[in-house]
Order: sequence, then structure tokens, then C-alpha cells
Amino acid sequence: MARKVSDTRRWTFTILAWGVALAIFFPILWTILTSFKSEADAIASPPKFLFFNWTLENYAEVQSRSPYFRHFLNSVIISVGSTLLGLLFAIPAAWSMAFQPAKRTKDLLMWMLSTKMMPAAGVLIPMYLLFRSSGLLDTRIGITVVLMLINLPIITWMLYTYFREIPGEILEAARMDGASLGKEILYVLTPMAVPGIASTLLLNVILAWNEAFWTLNLTTSKAAPLTTFIASYSSPEGLFYAKLSAASTMAIAPILILGWFSQKQLVRGLTFGAVK
Amino acid sequence: MATRHQKTLARFMVAPSVLLLLGWMIVPLAMTLWFSFQSYNLLSPGMEQFIGWTNYKYFLSDPAFWQAMTNTLLIVIGVLVITVGGGILLALLLDQPIMGQGVVRILMIAPFFIMPTVSALVWKNMFMNPVNGLFAWVAKAVGAQPVDFLAQYPLMSIIGIVAWQWLPFATLILLTALQSLDSEQMEAAEMDGASAWAKFTHLVLPHLSRAITVVILIETIFLLSVFAEILVTTNGGPGYASTNLTYLVYSQALLQYDVGGASAGGIIAVILANIVAIFLMRMIGKTLE
Amino acid sequence: MGSITLKQVRKAFGEVEVIPGVDLQINDGEFVVFVGPSGCGKSTLLRLIAGLEDVTSGQILIDGQDVTHAAPAKRKLAMVFQSYALYPHMSVRKNIAFPLKMAGMDAAEQDRRVGHAAGILNLTDYLERRPGQLSGGQRQRVAIGRAIVREPSAFLFDEPLSNLDAALRVNMRVEISELHKKLATTMVYVTHDQVEAMTMADKIVVLRAGRVEQVGSPLELYRNPANRFVAGFIGSPNMNFLEGEVASRMGAHAIGVRPGHFRMSTSDGLLPGTVGVAEHLGSDTFLHVDLDGGTHVIARAEGEFPVHHGDRIWLTPQEGRIYRFNDKGLSL
Repeated sequence: MARKVSDTRRWTFTILAWGVALAIFFPILWTILTSFKSEADAIASPPKFLFFNWTLENYAEVQSRSPYFRHFLNSVIISVGSTLLGLLFAIPAAWSMAFQPAKRTKDLLMWMLSTKMMPAAGVLIPMYLLFRSSGLLDTRIGITVVLMLINLPIITWMLYTYFREIPGEILEAARMDGASLGKEILYVLTPMAVPGIASTLLLNVILAWNEAFWTLNLTTSKAAPLTTFIASYSSPEGLFYAKLSAASTMAIAPILILGWFSQKQLVRGLTFGAVK
Repeated sequence: MATRHQKTLARFMVAPSVLLLLGWMIVPLAMTLWFSFQSYNLLSPGMEQFIGWTNYKYFLSDPAFWQAMTNTLLIVIGVLVITVGGGILLALLLDQPIMGQGVVRILMIAPFFIMPTVSALVWKNMFMNPVNGLFAWVAKAVGAQPVDFLAQYPLMSIIGIVAWQWLPFATLILLTALQSLDSEQMEAAEMDGASAWAKFTHLVLPHLSRAITVVILIETIFLLSVFAEILVTTNGGPGYASTNLTYLVYSQALLQYDVGGASAGGIIAVILANIVAIFLMRMIGKTLE
Repeated sequence: MGSITLKQVRKAFGEVEVIPGVDLQINDGEFVVFVGPSGCGKSTLLRLIAGLEDVTSGQILIDGQDVTHAAPAKRKLAMVFQSYALYPHMSVRKNIAFPLKMAGMDAAEQDRRVGHAAGILNLTDYLERRPGQLSGGQRQRVAIGRAIVREPSAFLFDEPLSNLDAALRVNMRVEISELHKKLATTMVYVTHDQVEAMTMADKIVVLRAGRVEQVGSPLELYRNPANRFVAGFIGSPNMNFLEGEVASRMGAHAIGVRPGHFRMSTSDGLLPGTVGVAEHLGSDTFLHVDLDGGTHVIARAEGEFPVHHGDRIWLTPQEGRIYRFNDKGLSL
């Protein structure tokens, strides 16, 4: 039973919430706006908010100066590739942990999570040297595998929590109905698990897209995803605000849109089902 | 609960993931440990030799190490305080009857999806820059001296940037938890004559404790190894003012080519993380049951 | 055909022995109910028959064939689960047809059988809906439909009514009984509710801690319980037990009297006591009586019996309706 809320109260909270939300969102908004300005307008004082000569020249310039689309493609390949590869390993593991739990399953899951706690700094040097000596430095396959390993615990955990919500009795019913393990997975488990797998995929693509330790250390140009590409604007191009903004906008736009779609699953995904 | 055949199959299906993660943990970690006892510099290849604890002695007696250690903890604690505290306030605000709640949520969550290099660069150049940044303009507009944030308050600036990225995450999770609070419980408390503050401390906070634990756990995992934000904004400087352990190991290894010393640092970082991890795992082990 | 034979079936989970060794014969066409308090192993026994769990030792025969190590699907049994276990992403039609599809039956025959089952179960109008859009009773019927289309040699029910509300439970109970009359197929039914057991079963198997306490028809169990546990479990409200002097006077460690088997009087009788709560239902009167010895009993009188809280009352067990037990709880 919803209670009647006084108008003053409602308006106060509405204005307050919108104010805070806009303040938090402002840096992103400002970046997007600046990407459409000329360099002169971008550093004009006082700043110009909406009334300036809108232009697309920065976007053209970013692409011509460095092959933006190659980096974009790298980002897509690396983030999607590492997630799919991770799912390949995680789906069977999560299936068996969810439906055939052993005494140590809980410990195993905790241990998997604890590997996420290992600081990257602890393994950076050997990974770098291994990559250098085996020619994997600055290759897509190399960075894809590393990101897969990093996110494997999270992928497994997320799938585990989704699978666990599928009642075991349904799989038993399928078995009674004469389904073999293959058919059980194809006709019953997979259709029921698709939403869970999809949100796992989405979230891990986001995490991998934004990963900025291994990508910065193990890629330089050929295989560099957008994280590395943007870091190259650190100086001196960073002082060209309009171009920096255009490059940034292009780097964040796809994932921002994906992220908005997945915000519901984000919560339960990233909290391992502990918060729904 | 199942037949033997299925159990065997199940073990077989977990094995690949476990082996991969085990390999990923043990092989590089063992190598780091090995290197940490070597004199090993990439600039003088072929000169490697066993030098015992020297790397550790050197690393631990380096003032930069203690500063990095302090900075690491300051970043973790600072960001946690801001995001959990701010997150609770924002979650309470968003839980009120407001118009356009969906849009407000979308605007608030956005920073979480911004890649660290982008947010660091945008904040550094377009906001914190002492000449052309927006903050400088605001300062000038009110007649104050513009502040060069990254030079004068490098660590605080980085904490601010990182907190901006993680505040939405905390807010979203706490809001979700808040919305699952039983409204009858709140009404019962109201019937019992509880004040707003009493309801908050006795009902809302205990209800949120699980979500708060989870937020702390996940953020800590990521915050212990903040890297891109430092690399892009301050390069750890000025001096070591904004260097954390991760960045120190990176610069020792890939900028000064001192593999031995960096490895010792890496092992210390692992030990630190383990100490933190033990606390955290205890904590979530309890709340996630 | 559907006779099921269990020979010394034993089940242990690690060190914990859940079923210490059960022998049981279920005849073709019988309605057998496994009943017992929760944790007595009745569901485990059913799952052993279904093949969803491995037996630790012993043998299971269906129609004389050893199926101890056969996969569930090979046993020609159908099961209705407590949660119904419907496939949420399939329509009712597809749910019911699923076992037929798994058996590789051609589509026309599938349709015919689904149509037939839907007719029996009043589901014809709901065939295109998803389980999520159905009420509890309808879901239950879909689960039964999925079981009957296979024309199995026996049906297994695992507490199928426990998720329904009280009124619906009574209806479904009758429906399942009618279905059994119609199909004349063996049914094995697990429940913790003795009323379901009494009303539906041809044969009741009372289980406690994995052991079979007694097997028999409902009235056999009611009239001649083998021990105090069965006596207390069967019948509602529960049998009253009296120990001490009253019992020893009758040469027993304890005596049992069903609530309906007391003669009541407001002036004299064998057992004096005080009325606690008096439930006047019109057709019956249930009295909660605190006997002077301190024992609490429930007595039922037919029709109206005008006493109220605090009144004195005398109860006398009817001759020939007293159950006597020795100190091990066995009937004398």
C-alpha cells in the first residue's frame, strides 16, 4: 500500500536527486560536448556549454592521426574473445558445482575468488618476460588469454549463482523423461540458463573492455585496445581537449550503452548473487 | 545427491578451470619468487646470480616502499570511505519517491562504465588542469587562486578520481539491497514508535550490512591494484607522492629494468594482499552463507 | 504391468546410513503410500526406485527385471515432483510432450496423446500457456499429464500436494485417487500427511529413520498398529498415550486411546480432569483436557457436548478400544 507523499517532499527529493545525478554525470557530459567543439572553443574562458559551433572535425582527425578503428576492433576482439573463452571453461565448471556439489565446492569457489585477490604486480614481471620471450607481447591472442584468466573466477562465480537458481528437480524430471545428458543440457538447461549466460557475457565484456593494467603493460600498438590507445593521449595530445574528448567519447560510448542495458544484472552479477 | 556416474563427470568438468587458475597462480608466482632472490637487471643480461635476501633488504629499506605502502592503503581506505558513505546517502535519496527515477539511475551509474584511462585523462586535463581546467575557471570566477591539484594534492586527486568511478557501483548495489527491505518491517517499527534515525540504525543499516560487505570486498579487490589512473595522471609523482605498490613494482621493473628488486616488491604486494584477503574472506564467508 | 520389488535396499551418504536395508513388495496396480515424519527416508526410498540415486547395496526389481543399475529413463517410471519441476520455457503442450519427444515418437502420435491427457486433466484450454501463467493446481495437473502420456508401468509421486493450499489439496487428492481408478496403474506416493495416506492408499508403508515400521492397509494400521510410533502417527487427532498407574493396572507400560474412544461425563468416570480449550465445531466437540495426573489428552465427542474452559470432566476409555504397549513401545 503506497502512502500518499506530500508534494513538497516529492519535489525536494526530485530536485536533489537530479542535482546529484547531473553532478556525477557532468564529466561525461562535458567530454561529449567538448568533442564537438573546435580546439579554441574547448579551452575558451568562460567555458562554452551549448552555444558554440558544433563540428565533427575532431572525430575525423582522431581517425586520421591514428587508426582508431583498429584499436576499437582490438577492444572488441579482446573483450568478447576473452569472455567467450572464459565461458567455455566456466560453463562446465559452474554446471557441476551447481548441480553436483561436493563437500569442497564452497571452498573451491572461495579459492577461485581468492585468485582475483592476487595483486597483478606479483605476477607482472614473469608474465612480461614470458610474453617477451615467446613473442606474445603486443599480440591479441596473448592479451586475450590473460584477460580470460583474470575474469575466469568472476565468470565461474556468476554462472554458478545463476545455475543454482535452476531447480535441480527440473533436471531430474528431464532425466526421468528419458533425456540423455546431452539432451538435458540442450533442451532444458541451456534455455533456462540463457538469461544468466547472457548477463555474464555482457558484464565480462564490460570488465574486459575497461581492463587497464594488463592491456597497458602487455600491448603497445599492434594489438593495443582502446585503453592503451587513450593512454597515449596522456601527453602532449591531451592538451588538445577537443580531440581528446572525441577519442574518449568513441572509446566509452559502446560500453556505456551496453552498461546501461545491463545495470540490473550488474548488481547481482558483481555481487555473486549476494545482492539481488 | 546423484549417481556415481554423474559425480565422476562433474569432477571432470571442473578440472580444466581449476588447472588453468592453478597454473596462472603458481607458475608466475614461483617465477617471481625465484627472481626476487636474484640480481637480475634487463639492462645487463647474463649477469643473473643468487643474492639471497638482498633485494628484500634493499626494497624494504627504500623509503619509496613505505610511502607506496601507505599510499596503497590510503587509496583503498579513502575510496572505500567515500563510496560506502556516499553510496548509502545516495541510495537513501534514490529510494525516495522521485520523478524520473530511471533516468537518474542511468546518469548516476554511468561513471562505472568509463574506462580508467579515459576518466583519468578527462579529470586531469579538462577539470584539474591549473590553466584550462574547469576547476581553475571556477576558482578564477570566484576570485581565488587556481589549484594545481595533481601537483599539490596528487594522492587526494587520485582518490577523488577513483572514488568517482566507484561511487555509482556502491550506490547501485546499496540501492538494490535497500529496495529489498521489507516495508512491513518499517511499518511495524513505525507502529512501535521508532524515529527516522532509529529506523535507520536498527533496521536499514543491519539490512544493508551484507551489501556493504560485498561492496567492500569487490572494491578492495580492484582498489589494491589501482594502476592506470596513476600512470596517466601523475606517473606516481611528484617524487613518490602518489605511487602505490602496484605502480612501484611496475616502475622498478619496466622503467628501471630491475627485475630482482621489482620481484621482491611483487612478493611483498602478494603478502599484503593476502593479509587483506584473509580478513575479507572471513567477512564474506560469514555473510554470504 | 508394474510390480516393484525391493530386496535389502540400503543407502548411505558417506558414513551416514539413511536406509539401513528395506525389503518391500509393491504389486501391480496398487496405490502404495510411503508415510513418515520428515527425514524418515521416504523421499530417498522413492528416488532410489526412480534411479535418481544409486543404491549402496541391495536390489531393485521392476516387473521381475533387475534395474538396480539402470538409468532413470530405462525404468519406465514417471515421477511427479514436489515442486512440479515443469520446464518454465516450454508451453504446457511442450511440457507434456517432452518425454514423448525424448522417446522419438512421431508428431501425430505425440499430439494425440497430449490431447488425450489434457482431456483427462481438464487442461485442454491451457495447452499454449507457459507454466508461469498457471495456478498451483493447474501446474500440478500438467506435471501429472507429463507423467501419464508416457504410459509408464508405475507413477512415483514425491509429496505432490504439499505446495497447494488446503482446499485445493483435498480436491487434488480426490482427482489423483480417481486417476488411479481410471488408469489402474501402480502408484507410489510419498507424503508426511497421514490423512493423505489414509484416504488414498491401498497399502501404507510407515517409515521411521529409514526403517519400515509397518506395512498394511489403512484400516489395518488404524486398528492394529504394530507399535506406539505407528499408533501415534496414524489417526487424527493423534492417539493419546497414558503411562504410569492406569497403564500398569491394565498390565502394560503404556496405553493408547484415540480421542473418539472416550466416554465423557461431567459427574463420574475413570480419569478426572479439567477442560482447557473446548472446540465446538457443531458436528464434533474437541476437548483439550488436563488430567489430574498432569497428562494432557484430547477427547472427541460427537455432536454438541456442553462444557467450557475450567469445567471438571471425567473420561473413561471404551472397553475393547484400548491399545496396550510394552516398555519397548511394541503392541501387546
